[in-house]
Amino acid sequence: MVTNQKNKINKSDIHEHNHPSVITYFKVAIALISLTALEVVVYYFDWLGYGIIPVMAVLSIGKFAIVVMYYMHLKFDSKLFTYLFMAGLILAMVVILWLMALFGWFK
Amino acid sequence: MSDETTTGLNNRKILMWVFLGSDCMFFASLIGTYLIYKGMGLPHPGPSDVFDIPTTSVSTFVLLMSSMSMVFAYAYLVRSNIKAFRIWMISTIIMGATFLGFQIFEFSEFYFHDHLSPQTNLFGTTFYALTGTHGIHVTIGVVWLGIIFYSSLFRNTVSAKTNLDLDLAALYWHFVDIVWIVIFAVVYLFGTFKGFPS
Repeated sequence: MVTNQKNKINKSDIHEHNHPSVITYFKVAIALISLTALEVVVYYFDWLGYGIIPVMAVLSIGKFAIVVMYYMHLKFDSKLFTYLFMAGLILAMVVILWLMALFGWFK
Repeated sequence: MSDETTTGLNNRKILMWVFLGSDCMFFASLIGTYLIYKGMGLPHPGPSDVFDIPTTSVSTFVLLMSSMSMVFAYAYLVRSNIKAFRIWMISTIIMGATFLGFQIFEFSEFYFHDHLSPQTNLFGTTFYALTGTHGIHVTIGVVWLGIIFYSSLFRNTVSAKTNLDLDLAALYWHFVDIVWIVIFAVVYLFGTFKGFPS
């Protein structure tokens, strides 16, 4: 029991110190800037038409995922944090899609 | 600092993640409302009449850089390099305040130059509600980071041992950043994209 409690305490210690290096954070920033620049460039490709929606979705989701995984440390922290956040995020997407369906966006 | 909990995880951090998950739903309702009313009501002034993509791209860049600055501050605090921590903290606060400055400039341009108020049309109502709520979040973040910086500078209460306090503020700050990533694409870029068939 005592050992079990010790293990639990150690787990919470680890998540606070098992984070990436400053260099990794810098590389992530470069990736974020590049993806944002790409978004702005793609924005001027009028010929894409509705094709811009999946392109922009991929770029935005990429940026979103990078920030959440590296800057918010979900990649390195306990999976429970990921589950808690993903639950809210999935419900949020359901809210948006449901609202759009209610107002006839998919007709 | 670790507490003995049934999950082995700090309860404050769990609470912060629960809050961020719920805040996702809050912003989803605002983004959803913006989308469903898009193109309804009075058409002018609309997104194409008011948005200036280059300016908003710069403010987006500033907010992204503030996130980088925030993780640097956290990384140096964990490594007990207080001087570097303070430098990156103040730069995060300045960039957060700069983003707010951009938003105030943008809102005043829309209001005084383009005559777009929350009462003008459905676009104005939903746009100001969404971006205004995000702006309030950024303001709270700047004040929160400011308090931590002040505590570090004058009360000497911030150290590697208390890094969880900064970790929670940083999570909030990055969340504000990811919400803006979505707003920038959905509201600004899609809102003014000229390639959609009319």
